[in-house]
Amino acid sequence: MSNSFDRNLSTDDLLRRRASLLQRLHIDGILLLLLLTLATGSLFILYSASGKNIEMLIKQASSFGIGLVGMFIIAQLEPRFMARWVPLAYVGGVALLVVVDVMGHNAMGATRWINIPGVIRFQPSEFMKIIMPATIAWYLSSRSLPPRLKHICISLAMIIVPFVLIMLQPDLGTSLLIIASGGFVLFIAGLQWRWVIGAVAAVVPIAIGMWLFVMREYQKQRVLTFLNPESDPLGSGWNIIQSKAAIGSGGVLGKGWLQGTQSHLDFLPESHTDFIIAVLAEEFGLVGVCLLLLVYMLLIARGLVITVQAQTLFGKLLAGALTMTFFVYVFVNIGMVSGLLPVVGVPLPFISYGGTSLITLLAGFGILMSIHTHRKWMTQV
Amino acid sequence: MPQPIRLKDHEKDGRLIRKRAVVGAVLVLLLTSVLLTRLYYLQVVQFEHHTTLAENNRIHVQPIPPNRGLIYDRNGVIIADNRPSFSLTLTRERAGDWTQVLDVIVEVLELGPDERVLFERRVRQGRRPFEPVPVLFELSEEQIARVAVNQFRLPGVEVAAQLVRHYPLGEHFAHSVGYVGRINEKELKTLDPVSYSGTHHIGKTGIERFYEDELHGEVGYEEVETNARGRVLRVLKRTDPTPGKDIVLSLDIRLQEAAEAALAGRRGAIVAIQPQTGEVLAMVSQPSFDPNPFVTGIGFKAYADLRDSIDRPLYNRVLRGLYPPGSTIKPMVAVSGLDSGVVTAQTRVFDPGYYQLPNLQHKYRNWNRSGDGWVDMDLAISRSNDTYFYSLAHKMGIDRLHDYMSRFGLGQRVSLDMFEETAGLMPSRDWKRARYRQAWYPGETLILGIGQGYMQTTPLQLAQATTLMATRGKWIRPHLAKSIQGRVPVDPNPLPDIVLRDPKFWDNGRHGMEQVMHGPRGTARKVGDAALYRIAGKSGTAQVVAIKQGEKYDRSKVAERHRDHALFVAFAPVDNPQIAVSVMVENGESGSGVAAPVVKQVIDAWLLDENGQLKAEYAPPVAAEVSAP
Repeated sequence: MSNSFDRNLSTDDLLRRRASLLQRLHIDGILLLLLLTLATGSLFILYSASGKNIEMLIKQASSFGIGLVGMFIIAQLEPRFMARWVPLAYVGGVALLVVVDVMGHNAMGATRWINIPGVIRFQPSEFMKIIMPATIAWYLSSRSLPPRLKHICISLAMIIVPFVLIMLQPDLGTSLLIIASGGFVLFIAGLQWRWVIGAVAAVVPIAIGMWLFVMREYQKQRVLTFLNPESDPLGSGWNIIQSKAAIGSGGVLGKGWLQGTQSHLDFLPESHTDFIIAVLAEEFGLVGVCLLLLVYMLLIARGLVITVQAQTLFGKLLAGALTMTFFVYVFVNIGMVSGLLPVVGVPLPFISYGGTSLITLLAGFGILMSIHTHRKWMTQV
Repeated sequence: MPQPIRLKDHEKDGRLIRKRAVVGAVLVLLLTSVLLTRLYYLQVVQFEHHTTLAENNRIHVQPIPPNRGLIYDRNGVIIADNRPSFSLTLTRERAGDWTQVLDVIVEVLELGPDERVLFERRVRQGRRPFEPVPVLFELSEEQIARVAVNQFRLPGVEVAAQLVRHYPLGEHFAHSVGYVGRINEKELKTLDPVSYSGTHHIGKTGIERFYEDELHGEVGYEEVETNARGRVLRVLKRTDPTPGKDIVLSLDIRLQEAAEAALAGRRGAIVAIQPQTGEVLAMVSQPSFDPNPFVTGIGFKAYADLRDSIDRPLYNRVLRGLYPPGSTIKPMVAVSGLDSGVVTAQTRVFDPGYYQLPNLQHKYRNWNRSGDGWVDMDLAISRSNDTYFYSLAHKMGIDRLHDYMSRFGLGQRVSLDMFEETAGLMPSRDWKRARYRQAWYPGETLILGIGQGYMQTTPLQLAQATTLMATRGKWIRPHLAKSIQGRVPVDPNPLPDIVLRDPKFWDNGRHGMEQVMHGPRGTARKVGDAALYRIAGKSGTAQVVAIKQGEKYDRSKVAERHRDHALFVAFAPVDNPQIAVSVMVENGESGSGVAAPVVKQVIDAWLLDENGQLKAEYAPPVAAEVSAP
């Protein structure tokens, strides 16, 4: 087939060929460019937020490198191949979550890690962030769309098992993201609007039920603090008051890189992890935040384009869900730091310090690339 | 078989998913604009508000307390200095449940419930938020180590180094210099909160209190950047504090100790004044107490012991002790009599052992029941003849007597810089009308003539009245501060000198006093004979319990604590007065027998050199000429 391309080399063909090089490597150039932009920016912000901690910077950079490699590898996998292994991965993931819960309870506290010293150390719940939408996508891709009630129920059951397990860890933020990622598959799959509206309407009674029976004391405290941060300005409300002050004092143009007083003087808690957007907002102002949001928007736009262009139903559903979940990360994180949402411990994608979430996110983008590039391979015939 | 057919309907699925992707994109844009609106609100609309919040967060103004001025005696011996001391501070806001933290402190340092109560009181006195309040002072090395080891159980607790007032000479100057103590809530309301923002102690009594403004200094400031835990990261601006002024006292440690030794363990008061300058050379109120525990906060029991002691060590007898002056004021009454013209130095009175007002039966007794016969002024003073002074007081009348005695400082505060001096009482017609709604009776004038009755004086007033005899009426308020940062304190309200019609009247009074010590019939001639210089003195007795008419004072019947107080005043050398002294020995009974030797010891300590010889500079110039031929 390549011979037919070689015959007449126009400028168009040259471009196409260059594109096809990335194509052959199963890399999506636009996504890669945007991801590298974010990674570079994140290192600058992290340098400031960590208090000029070079060691932390190197760790983050190497996590990013590892994540990129992981992304490349995943991008090589054909979506069909993935679909084949998804059910097994789901079962394995749930099993690991059970193991974590048991270990966690034995250790008398919240444990989210599987730790085999010297071999591997990871959070199964992070792993589930990818497996969850993939599982539902796999399940629905062989069913008729829009999904019928029976399929919806089975999908929900598959979502709720890991949700409850992660909830028990306890990790409210991740468990909600799991629901979102699974739910988005159903949404993309054309879940009838009455179900969508019904689900949104059900949030209130579910929330009350969770409050009464599920949530731990510290989680309740977070919600209470969210509702009225000034009620306990030196205790639980401290974080949110300080992060709002950091963001607000940044103004339009910000105080300048490394000039943020809130974060550098330790007033801002978790300034290099969940609250890093406050550092960005303080030092680079509204302009900086808008630029970051623009990059995110471009990533999401590209994700939706991939969704629409995906060849298989599995690819479409998975790409759409991953893209929308990515947006949930962004929205929940910025929403909670700016005081719109309760603090639930969701990192800001690619910017917050933390290797696990970085690798998971890049794996997700690897899947997107795989879906996109393998499609081209097929249709070029 | 509808399912396989549907599965192949890629077009329909594609359209459905495309629609949902569009809905998703719209959702993303909507929610993103919500975020942008929120950020716009925070960063643009509320920009000012948050900028202020952030600034307040990091910039703290911390006061730097000034170093308190030092206090020296007249020779430069340090009386009050500032010693570095480690104290345990508690910051309420950082301690969480601070009462529980106090429990831990008590447990860790193995203290008792008394300290626990004290700690709690101290913490409650904390003023500003986030202020570390010292709860325990003068930590030992071991205590510091114990706190360090248990630091994890002690949130908000820190060991802080600070300068704390120390009185190396302990009880010698407790009544004159006084002490500083922790600022209490009442003082807090009246203090300038800015000036005292870094200061924990304030002068409570004595010089420390009177010269508080001078000793305290000016507070300094540090604008610091702090982190959320209040740790100082960087000093942005610093205004140094101005240390308090050093004060050199007129007190002489050597004389002070000699005076204390002269009391030999008896309760009493001694004041020694340098007549030419008004400087107080010694000020003794015995028993005394160690002021140091008061600085850091004295324990309940220790304080109760001091307060309830029958010897009343906290009682400043020099400034607040009120005693009828007794015969010690007879020389002043005599001089007043001469000046008012009712008597001359030669006027004689016959003493049958008592005095009677015309047409009245009441007998006013002389101390010598058998009487001294014909008595002139000289003899009246040296014999301390009561009959003569009854007669003189009667001739003068209460108005003139009140007027003259007031000019000698009786019934008013005489000192320049002594805290809580009592005015005493020099009665008058007006006073009695206001106090008792009664007219003045002539008999009351009589007993005033011998320093009894309503009259109340302090040992300081007696010393000052004696000083006026020595200086021939030159008024300088007695003061403790010789210089403040090199500057001599100025009297804002000087009293007029006593100017007599004839300056020779002073000599008459002084001669009488000299005869007390050196005359053949002088009451204190035993003491005077032993002196290497000429002394002018006068004894006195202050009654503690009244004696009924016709009853005789019988010491065996009177409980020790109800015995009369012995008084003696003197100045020396007569021709060139260097020192004026008043002594009160509580329940000492005999002015000339008990108090006079004390006075002589004090004067000896000032006038004699280490070989027991009169110092050359104090030798009377006239005496040198007399001894030459």
